[in-house]
Amino acid sequence: MIKFSPPLVSKVILALILVCFFSPGFAQDIPTDAAIIAEGESLFNANCKTCHRVHQKLVGPALENVYNRAPSIDWIKAFIRNSAAVIASGDEYAVKLYNDYGKTQMTAFTGLKDEQIMAILAYVQDETKKGPPVAATTPAASADGGAQGVPPAYLNAILLGMVIILVLLVVILGFLVSALKRFLDQKSLSEEEREIVHSPITIGSITRSPGFAFLVVFIVVSLGFKAVINGLYSIGVQQGYAPKQPIAFSHKLHAGAYEIDCKYCHVGTLKGKSATIPSVNICMNCHSAVKTESPQIQKLWAAADWQPETKTYGPNQKPIEWVRIHNLPDLAYFNHAQHVVVGGIECQTCHGPIETMDVVKQYSLLTMGWCIDCHRKTDVNSKGNAYYDKLVELHNAASKQPMKVEDIGGLECAKCHY
Amino acid sequence: MEEKATKVYWKGLDELSNSPEFVKHAHNEFGQPPAPEDDLGHSRRDFLKMMGFGVAAVSLAACEAPVRKAIPYVDKPLDVDPSLPNYYASTYTNGGDYCSIVVKVREGRPIKVDGNKLSGVTKGGTSAQVEASVLSLYDNSRLRAPRVGETKSASWEVLDQMVIDKLGAIRVSNGKIAIVSNTVLSPSTKAIIEKFKAKYPTTEHIQYDQVSMYGMLKANEESFGKAMIPSYDFSKANIIVSVAADFLCTWLSPIEFTKQYAQTREVSEEKRDMSRHYHFEAGMTLTGANADHRIQIKPSEEGAVVVQLYNLLAAKAGRSSVAGGIDKPFLAKAADELWENRGKSLVVAGSNDKAVQVVVNAINDMLGNYGSTILPHIPVNYRQGNDEAMINFINDADAGNVAGVIFYNCNPVYDHPMGEKLAGALKKVGLKISTAYKEDETGVECEYLAPDHHYLEAWNDAEPKKNHYSVAQPAISPIFKTRAAQESFLIWAGETNVDYYEILIDNWKTWFFKGGNLRAWWDKCLYDGVLELPVESSSVSFAGNVESAANTIASVKSNGIELFVYENGTVGNGSQANNPLLQELPDPITKAVWEHYVTVSPADAKEINFSEAKTKYASITANGKTVKLPVLVQPGQTPGTIGIPLGYGRTRAGKVADGIGVNAYPFASVVNGSWSFVATGATMQMLDERYWLATTQTNQTYMKRATVIQETVLSEFKNDPGAGRYRPKVATWKDPNHKVEPGKLSMWKGHDYKNHHWGMAIDLNTCIGCGACVVACNVENNVHLVGRQEVINRREMHWLRIDRYYSTNADVHDLKGLEKAAENPEVVFQPMLCQHCNNAPCETVCPVAATTHSTEGLNQMTYNRCIGTRYCANNCPYKVRRFNWFKYHDNRQFEQVNPAMNTSLGKMVLNPDVTVRSRGVMEKCSFCVQRIQQGKLQAKKEKRPLKDGEIITACQAACSTGAIVFGDVNDPESRISKLLQISPADENRPYGIDKKTGNPRAYQVLEEVGVKPNIWYLTKVRNKEEVKA
Repeated sequence: MIKFSPPLVSKVILALILVCFFSPGFAQDIPTDAAIIAEGESLFNANCKTCHRVHQKLVGPALENVYNRAPSIDWIKAFIRNSAAVIASGDEYAVKLYNDYGKTQMTAFTGLKDEQIMAILAYVQDETKKGPPVAATTPAASADGGAQGVPPAYLNAILLGMVIILVLLVVILGFLVSALKRFLDQKSLSEEEREIVHSPITIGSITRSPGFAFLVVFIVVSLGFKAVINGLYSIGVQQGYAPKQPIAFSHKLHAGAYEIDCKYCHVGTLKGKSATIPSVNICMNCHSAVKTESPQIQKLWAAADWQPETKTYGPNQKPIEWVRIHNLPDLAYFNHAQHVVVGGIECQTCHGPIETMDVVKQYSLLTMGWCIDCHRKTDVNSKGNAYYDKLVELHNAASKQPMKVEDIGGLECAKCHY
Repeated sequence: MEEKATKVYWKGLDELSNSPEFVKHAHNEFGQPPAPEDDLGHSRRDFLKMMGFGVAAVSLAACEAPVRKAIPYVDKPLDVDPSLPNYYASTYTNGGDYCSIVVKVREGRPIKVDGNKLSGVTKGGTSAQVEASVLSLYDNSRLRAPRVGETKSASWEVLDQMVIDKLGAIRVSNGKIAIVSNTVLSPSTKAIIEKFKAKYPTTEHIQYDQVSMYGMLKANEESFGKAMIPSYDFSKANIIVSVAADFLCTWLSPIEFTKQYAQTREVSEEKRDMSRHYHFEAGMTLTGANADHRIQIKPSEEGAVVVQLYNLLAAKAGRSSVAGGIDKPFLAKAADELWENRGKSLVVAGSNDKAVQVVVNAINDMLGNYGSTILPHIPVNYRQGNDEAMINFINDADAGNVAGVIFYNCNPVYDHPMGEKLAGALKKVGLKISTAYKEDETGVECEYLAPDHHYLEAWNDAEPKKNHYSVAQPAISPIFKTRAAQESFLIWAGETNVDYYEILIDNWKTWFFKGGNLRAWWDKCLYDGVLELPVESSSVSFAGNVESAANTIASVKSNGIELFVYENGTVGNGSQANNPLLQELPDPITKAVWEHYVTVSPADAKEINFSEAKTKYASITANGKTVKLPVLVQPGQTPGTIGIPLGYGRTRAGKVADGIGVNAYPFASVVNGSWSFVATGATMQMLDERYWLATTQTNQTYMKRATVIQETVLSEFKNDPGAGRYRPKVATWKDPNHKVEPGKLSMWKGHDYKNHHWGMAIDLNTCIGCGACVVACNVENNVHLVGRQEVINRREMHWLRIDRYYSTNADVHDLKGLEKAAENPEVVFQPMLCQHCNNAPCETVCPVAATTHSTEGLNQMTYNRCIGTRYCANNCPYKVRRFNWFKYHDNRQFEQVNPAMNTSLGKMVLNPDVTVRSRGVMEKCSFCVQRIQQGKLQAKKEKRPLKDGEIITACQAACSTGAIVFGDVNDPESRISKLLQISPADENRPYGIDKKTGNPRAYQVLEEVGVKPNIWYLTKVRNKEEVKA
């Protein structure tokens, strides 16, 4: 079941319209050979992708249609090889570009040959023709629903059917009662018996009956009890916790749109217990040049006491106090490296679709039950890891099931509590 | 079940005499809180409790978790990763005490000190004091900044200017300046002191040692023409005779000697021989406790014993005998064996009397030990103190002849016998500076306090022995506004280049660098922590005058009660007395904690008639000084002698140590030109004032199960390596004749350990009972310190304890014989920790499954699940589970005794990987599960099987003798598997719990109980003549 959300549909239409409009204007001398486009793609990924995308403005401008926009193909070649020289020559287009993009100078790619630049352009042209990737996320969204078993629509249908059956049952029972009454009326009954048969069923008589009182008390007490227990269990559980952070950092932008690898910033995941919130110097790898005018980035600069003139950190550094979202109690030991490096688990398994979150929230419960549940279900990532060889051998000799974390002591207390 | 009781073991005299006090507590592992006086019906208190609970429950439901911050670095240092430790090789120096170490640093905080295996001197060993020193770094009584006069703090500029002005004035007036220090091991520091002297030529550098070895320096000068102390190599000695030299605990270089000594004590089926150790001493020391034959002498007889030994050997060597001597048991036998083992023997003496040491030198020379067990070509620098120079300085100062004095990291007002006189004399000195890192007893007399860094914060170097160099690098940036004393000296000397680090590198470059890549060479030095250069071998010839020495010795007379003051194995000389880890470490012998006492022999004590724990005060007078101390009865002590440990009676050490006991240094007196720590003619007066000593020795008991210790003698061991083993058999309904091995019986199906099966082997023959492992365990596992009163309440929290058993060969029922035996018992030490039983009795009784079994053989304790029923502790046959009666952290009540968990500075020492336990839960040894998990993770990350030796427990790492071996008994190649010769008991079940050991010495404590522990002990073997019982 693929559902198109309205904005996506409109985007697709828009893209189609754009393609129709602009396709006649493609420059004719850019190659369209598939091999050259493929070469261009790899060159683009290796050299340009850090700052440019085809359909998106990043550090530098979006490159779609650049071959039509720029003064000439030769100008493009000159600019790529040495943008500083072109700007210095007073070229009007180049100067405007330089000023529009925060006076960030493009790296000079003196080593790129003509054919290579043409190949990159061929790739850009190809991508421009294809238009922005529209439906890329939709299958993923639906896959989640599909994995849950019975789809909600079926559930509704089943519920409706059951309600209809129940109503039918009531009606049939009603008919039965009246038929029985009529049958008894035809017999000679004593006055008392007649009273019983014709005793009026009023709401009062129901509410006064001991059975009803018991039922009501039982339901109220049970619900109350459940509410208390649920309340107690939820103490300290902060699922959905999404506090405001001192800097409005967006994972949607960095991890989602720009596809920066999680481990580029959260370096600790590969090494040890703590995933580590990146230190300011990691942010400054890009943000000493990127988006420097943003007030959020200015906060970053203030924290590092960044001196743009000398490109150094000043003496008045003040660490950023991020609000911790994922709080495990001190009595629980959790190690990122064990799960990410050894277990090969994706960040999203526990942290949810982080690449879609503008403000990060706690996606998982982070309760012990949640941990245990996963340890019961998850197969040990033992492939190619000699540490597990003996365990796998022994396990396979005894069982046909895959070796779960539970099977090698993953539920033991001292794995996490010491 | 029957036990053959050939020997009687007891932990304390209470237990031996089965006193009512002992019986009362024997069944009561933990002290009980007093019962409520009135518990009839519901009281107002109950109502308030219920109300309180109700309110708490309501507010709990409405509460939200507090906002917690995560604060990353701004500019992360390249080599620091949060949650991962860094290790730095460095050097521990405390006066002349030396140890090459590796410091474990987490997020910039040193949290643990381990030994450095690359050092050829200490070879990876540590001591309790070295292990504890990491907490001294976070001592709250440290000086926060330099200080001038009464002002709370001053800037370094102000202090420097004032000091330079005053020094300048002294130079103009040609006044005398003294730099007073303990032994300085650092060659670079000495070079800087020389620079200071060049600027102020009237300066004299005076070194003194708290417990001096000046007599030895002088004796060697007389014997060999050079005032030095040679290196000793106990590992080559078959026969060791020590006359009151406590070389395993305090004498000269105990860490080094412990390692060497253990090598000679190791036995196995292949190596069925070991050294024999004769020990002559008055008070029971750690070394004496480990000796094969311990002979009681009085301190005044030390010289005579040495002379007697000389004469016995001289007769064999055909030399003329000298006057004097006294006959003692085993002396003739010792002489025979020494003569048989010429060149492979060693005689040492602890006396600081030059005459005694000259005779000892003559004996070793006669035995040809120089060049084999004694290496005079590698002199050691541990003790350079000059008693005469120090006495002259104090007298000079008292006469008003000293214009300025700088106390360089020393505290003579407290730890010099003439400290009191010095304190008075200092009033006549114009310029007084102390560089100690706290305002100690000497500092308080000084106007200028220029605090040095703690050794973990500073660059430094050391030369413990000739051509053995060691570098100290900072493991943390200075916590307070302190400054390296070396830099202070240079600034005061008007030098411009004052960066000690640069000077240090420069010195090393000049002295040791032989070309190549300087950077790489220096990095290697830093990485190794040590630099060892070859030493040219040379021989010496003895030229001492034995006759005159013997005459001097003969003039020593015994007189009344002999009082000796000594360093014990915990606080030692008192410089680290403010370290609660050492205060709460039970003394290896007396097992007393937080206590200062006077030790008395049982025979002498009998006249006073009191039990061991509840004792009385005594008033002791010697050398014109009177002190009041509680009496502790010490089996093995020579009658007619009393002993007082040094290191107590601090008044300005800090909250921990101040007010405990009295200062015993003033009891020392000058004999033959050097300090003698013996005072004859002492008097002791019992006072009618009761006192309860805090000791741990009978706090846990095995209820007379006598086979906990299994031992034999070497002659039997040679014939049968399994000698001394007790192999229990039990009766069953099928076989009532006690023929079934308890291991064969089980109610349980047992576990299968498919991957690892952790086990430990502890060799009772090499364990010397020093207690370094206990401190290491405390630091590694954030074990609470509870203080004196809680120890009296039997609530100490140590996960690992060293049980010290006295034993005698006497018949259990021969009461007279037992009493006699108690006069000089044999001693055996047994480290006792959670045995991680495979059929753990604690697990089955826990109502909430808070203690469970792992698939790797660990007995796991889950604190957050524990509800504190203490059933587990009651059911533990080894009494190793400890209960948190209080919240020991963040509790002002325990701030004084447990600063590591109650002050923000102290908390920096905590191991972040181990939970700090709260009130109401049980805890115990975890086999350092955090290290196991870390080691396994490393292997998994590198996609390889775990290597043996990658995971070592904290106690194993601390053990200088290598008595503790930890490892995977499922791995046939592991060290422990090979040592114990482990094989599966059932071929069809190779991963089951039941393992056979092929090592005939290996036994499990209380095997008959059938709990199947994962710890094996190796029998104790004594190299003694069999005594017919």
